[in-house]
Amino acid sequence: MKTTSKLYRTEQRYAYLFIAAPVIGFLIFAMVPLIYSIYGAFTNWDGLGSMDFIGLENFINVFKDEYFYKSMFNTIYMMLGIPIGIVLALLLALALNRGIPGTNTFRVLYYIPVISSIAAISILWQWAYNGDYGLVNQFLAIFGIEGPNWLQNTSTVKPALIIMAVWKGLGYTMLLYLAALQSVPKSFYEAAKLDGANAFKSFWYITLPMVKPVTFFIIVTNIIGGAQIFTEINVMTPTGGPEYSSASVVFYIWQKAFGNFQLGYASAMALVLGLFIFIITLIQFKINEKNSFELD
Amino acid sequence: MSEKKKNRITDAVVFIFLSFGAIFMVAPLLWMFSTSIKTREDVFALPPVWIPDTISFAKYSEIWSMGPLLSGISNSLIVAVSVTVIGTFTSSLAAFAFSKLHFNGKNKIFMMLFASVMIPYPVLMIPQFIMFSSVGWVDTLLPLIIPGFFGNIFMIFFLRQFLTSIPNSIIEAAKIDGCSYFQIFYKIIFPLIKPAVAAQLILWFMGIWNDYLGPILYLNSPEKQTLQLVIANFNASYAIQSDYPLIMAASVVALLPMLIVFIVFQKQIIESIAISGVKG
Repeated sequence: MKTTSKLYRTEQRYAYLFIAAPVIGFLIFAMVPLIYSIYGAFTNWDGLGSMDFIGLENFINVFKDEYFYKSMFNTIYMMLGIPIGIVLALLLALALNRGIPGTNTFRVLYYIPVISSIAAISILWQWAYNGDYGLVNQFLAIFGIEGPNWLQNTSTVKPALIIMAVWKGLGYTMLLYLAALQSVPKSFYEAAKLDGANAFKSFWYITLPMVKPVTFFIIVTNIIGGAQIFTEINVMTPTGGPEYSSASVVFYIWQKAFGNFQLGYASAMALVLGLFIFIITLIQFKINEKNSFELD
Repeated sequence: MSEKKKNRITDAVVFIFLSFGAIFMVAPLLWMFSTSIKTREDVFALPPVWIPDTISFAKYSEIWSMGPLLSGISNSLIVAVSVTVIGTFTSSLAAFAFSKLHFNGKNKIFMMLFASVMIPYPVLMIPQFIMFSSVGWVDTLLPLIIPGFFGNIFMIFFLRQFLTSIPNSIIEAAKIDGCSYFQIFYKIIFPLIKPAVAAQLILWFMGIWNDYLGPILYLNSPEKQTLQLVIANFNASYAIQSDYPLIMAASVVALLPMLIVFIVFQKQIIESIAISGVKG
């Protein structure tokens, strides 16, 4: 027994050594900043010297700040792209799952926007949305539609960003669905067919429930990502768009923190955003739990 | 109509739809390239010209003298290579410990690390910035490099999953043969998980290469900036003069390396993503 415990102690020592880097990294780059951020949110922190405790003042101001609401509204609005992307990606995955020739090529072509740098893509689409010479309006002109100056217009700037986001993310979501579809046993469909189920019914009662874990994964990760949208806003509408109509929360936090040096106030906003993401994720997990129970 | 024939017709229709879709996906990127080889007059031609009469690659030589493009590329490479090489080492070592070694609090520590991915970056970016500025690292590449050395929790998670399929008996046998724990790692475990490591490394590399928010926070001087910032600045300064061929040429340069990496490693990348999604 004594030797075993000695062996175990050696193993444990090595194990701690091997995990030391991520644990130390977690403490320095996540834990300490998190605590600092929470503390900073209750102060008038300006990055230079003063960091006095001011209680809930920042949070009260956040909820009185019309720009915060505006950027929050914009952020949520732009998440409309998520359901659109999911439906399109599932259709694409179903199409690719038929095993038609060229599947591999299609997979690559649809995936290219995903790996492209978001900065370059933003520049490209900014040019594509140009009112006079942009590709988008040129395309619409074929159908006799006179397109707007997409990014200069309060009513079109968000849809423009949504279209671009759907285009950019489609390949990734499609790929996840394709992998999920390929793991559905063929015998399920054969059995359903014997029972007289049509194509729609087997889709509704077999495919959809089987890809549900992936759908859940996509929704959760997309919302977390969507809540943090920044680069495309910063590159395409550097001032936050006409009447701040394309500014996202992270864009506003970034402006407040590194433009105005209102670090305490920006920290408070970041915490509100963090809490928002956390609650949304929690709700989704609850819903998922309930649904999977019903499935059994 | 026989079922076989019906299926064939559906396949043909699906194929046509997929082809149209593929055109929509690739057209903007082709247009980017097409614009980069146009003359300024052709850029504003109506209707648009896809293949210009005079194809000019002049902008591709011009961009190198118009902005710090070369230093942008080398800065991006420095960050991405150093982080992925060292970070992959620390991540795979940790993944080995988390899946194959016994120690107190193993699951608790792992869950704690994993919970940290729930913290959105905007929450951490302000204190992190203050931390790095207090040690004088602002406007250097260090804030983008050093945190990566401590590993990547997604990679640890992925490799840990991958390692569960490797039998423990291999490790027990190696122990009996007198291998040290580190020898077990680099002689047995690492060769076994190499394909998974490669896929994760490429994805991580791409993520760093394409990162924008981190660099924009820390890098001010043009010659210190990474490629993504350099081309964003190209855009900001040359859009006013509407020199779109120049901007697009720079964008193509920013995009091309990852496109090549993707085409070479597409099989591993696609598989890796599929696995992480289905398991996640």
